Amino acid sequence: MTCSAASTDTDSMMQMSVNREFEGPKFPPSSPRTLAELKQGESGTIDRLDLPEDVARRLMELGFLPGHVVVPARSAPGGEPRVYRVDGSEVALRRETAARVILRQPSKGVAKTLKP
Amino acid sequence: MSDCHSCGNCAVAAPPPKLSKATRSHVVAIIGPPNSGKSTLFNRLTGLRQKVANFPGVTVEQRIGRARTTSDRDIVLIDLPGVYSLNPRSEDERVTHDVLKGEMKDAPKPDAVLLILDSTNLGRHLVLAAPILSLKLPTLVILNMADDLAHRGGNVDTAELASQLGAPVALISATKGDGIQKVFQFIVGTAGGTTSLAAPKVELPILQDIPRCRQWAHQVGTGAAYQAPAPPLWTRRLDAVFLHPVAGPLIFLAVVAGVFQTIFSGAKPLMDGLQALIEHGSKWVGNIFPEGIFRSLLVDGVGHGVGSVVVFLPQILLLFLFIGILEDSGYLARAALIADRTMAKFGLQGKSFIPLLSAYACAVPAIMATRTIESKRDRLATILIAPLMTCSARLPVYTLIIAAFIHERPLLGPLLGTQAGALLGLYALGFLAAIVTARLLKSSILKSERTPFMLEMPPYRMPTLRSLGLRLLDRSKVFLRRAGTVILAVTLVLWVLLHLPLHDGKPPEIEHSFAGMIGHSVEPAIKPLGFNWKIGIGLISSLAAREVIVGTLGTIYGVEDTGDNSVGLRQRLQSELTPGGAVALLIFFAFAMQCMSTIAVVRRETGGWKWPALQFAYMTFLAYLGALITNQVMSSGLII
Repeated sequence: MTCSAASTDTDSMMQMSVNREFEGPKFPPSSPRTLAELKQGESGTIDRLDLPEDVARRLMELGFLPGHVVVPARSAPGGEPRVYRVDGSEVALRRETAARVILRQPSKGVAKTLKP
Repeated sequence: MSDCHSCGNCAVAAPPPKLSKATRSHVVAIIGPPNSGKSTLFNRLTGLRQKVANFPGVTVEQRIGRARTTSDRDIVLIDLPGVYSLNPRSEDERVTHDVLKGEMKDAPKPDAVLLILDSTNLGRHLVLAAPILSLKLPTLVILNMADDLAHRGGNVDTAELASQLGAPVALISATKGDGIQKVFQFIVGTAGGTTSLAAPKVELPILQDIPRCRQWAHQVGTGAAYQAPAPPLWTRRLDAVFLHPVAGPLIFLAVVAGVFQTIFSGAKPLMDGLQALIEHGSKWVGNIFPEGIFRSLLVDGVGHGVGSVVVFLPQILLLFLFIGILEDSGYLARAALIADRTMAKFGLQGKSFIPLLSAYACAVPAIMATRTIESKRDRLATILIAPLMTCSARLPVYTLIIAAFIHERPLLGPLLGTQAGALLGLYALGFLAAIVTARLLKSSILKSERTPFMLEMPPYRMPTLRSLGLRLLDRSKVFLRRAGTVILAVTLVLWVLLHLPLHDGKPPEIEHSFAGMIGHSVEPAIKPLGFNWKIGIGLISSLAAREVIVGTLGTIYGVEDTGDNSVGLRQRLQSELTPGGAVALLIFFAFAMQCMSTIAVVRRETGGWKWPALQFAYMTFLAYLGALITNQVMSSGLII
């Protein structure tokens, strides 16, 4: 096993790093379209960032890059901002920002629900 | 930002024009992403041989120190604010960018760079290596948190990483000191001019393309057989408690309440001790000098004026100790997360919470800490409201007036008395004024789109005694310097104004002294607030710093003991002020911007006089209006 949460678009590598923490992937009834729709402990793969350039750049520096797997973790009381695990670190975002992070759809063979 | 030479692309460091006498000193910059342990490394390398350029901010401050080495050359280390990239967006990123490029005024271009990265998150942290290595300065890549990496089962081949990057690599633990020798060797080596950069095995990516950079970092990491460690279990366990939907906010409130309680009660023995020490010193000085003008200057001016302020050092240090623990442990980021929704209601964001919390200690470091806020308008709003938060300089004033005018009665059983309640009320009032002002600003002149909140949650770490100790030492120096300069100067000027003009070679009655004349001239304006001309002198002298009024009133009343616990000063105040005037004075101090240091730092941070002038006018207006209404309502007998 090499670099966890690597930056390449090879999804198999992403899943490997995630599967070390969570077990048993299974498909959800309908797949979440944005990061904000993901439930705590689920995981999704980033497709693109629908945000102004400076915000998108900052998010990419924090690890929110296309192809990276994101797992929502705990949140502040009231459900936001929420902490997201991405690329080896934890970053807190408000819902309005998470809603602009578009996830890849399962037809592309990525988004999966993982049991915590 | 720079008005000196522009040599952005120079590969070799040119001797900085400003440092003509220090051309032989070797400048090494420490750079790294936030939470990579830069400051810990800096403390390790410099120890006590460091200084803060001005005031220590909570996270953003350019610190300079001398390396603890036995080199012929003077080695100067610069600790730069943490950055993710060299594309400057926030103010502290700009500082880092400008220093590294040699475009920073008054800062020499570095001769060598220490790039510090978190080895437990190398994949992402290596991204910063690309822009740093492209600067072509001698660079040591430091992989920090080696102990954590090994403990959590990660691994990296440093020799291979070095050849991949074309730069030497050291795996260290800055907290424990492991591997620090290699860093010293590198610094001394570059000072001797022996180190040169090799060509990287993996060609550097286009720096503007973040996905490419990240891919490059991955490629380099894989090449060096990097194995990421298991997730930090303790951080997850602690977050389950601190970010629990119910327990989290309760702990948050308990932490804030605990901090205040300890500051009020915990510092008391230390302050009493210091007070006794100063009184002793004053008496001793009084005994060795003969009766006369010089003794009066020393005892009344220096002893009582400055001494009554120095007494508050323990309280201020305790507050900074708490802020240090909260920040170093990683809890402050969680607190900002919890506070974000509340801050958003007032048009600000969670990141503003950190400077506002530190404004409870002092607005100056708080205003400097706003540099982490990317949005210019949010940053400005935070700067403008920070002085409304109840800073520690208000404490002496509050304590004195409350003790004189508010009778101690139980308010909430034995938990809270009326005096502590009044103090808490004043803190609440300051906070309320701050957030309402923020709302006003953010819905008018500083209106902007809601800026996104993006905050990295660092893993929890045990604060080290070394870093906490150095922080407190910094603070003590700053505080004592201020007491020894601004406060001393004001007290001395006041003392002179109280003793002039001479009548038949004798000092006049206070009422006919220059100070008295000044007080009388402002009396018509402050009479409606319930203040007489003596309070007027106090208000004018406290324009320099709030706590000066305590020393001023003490000197004016000619009471021997001017400390905040002084019975004499308290009794004199009771005869000088009506209850309405006393409460009006409290309200005045809650709102007024009487602090030259704050005005100076706002001017520097906003780059002009416009904002500090506006801020001063607004806060003085608020203070005057608040005090006027209070006094008029209370003296008309409507309440109390």
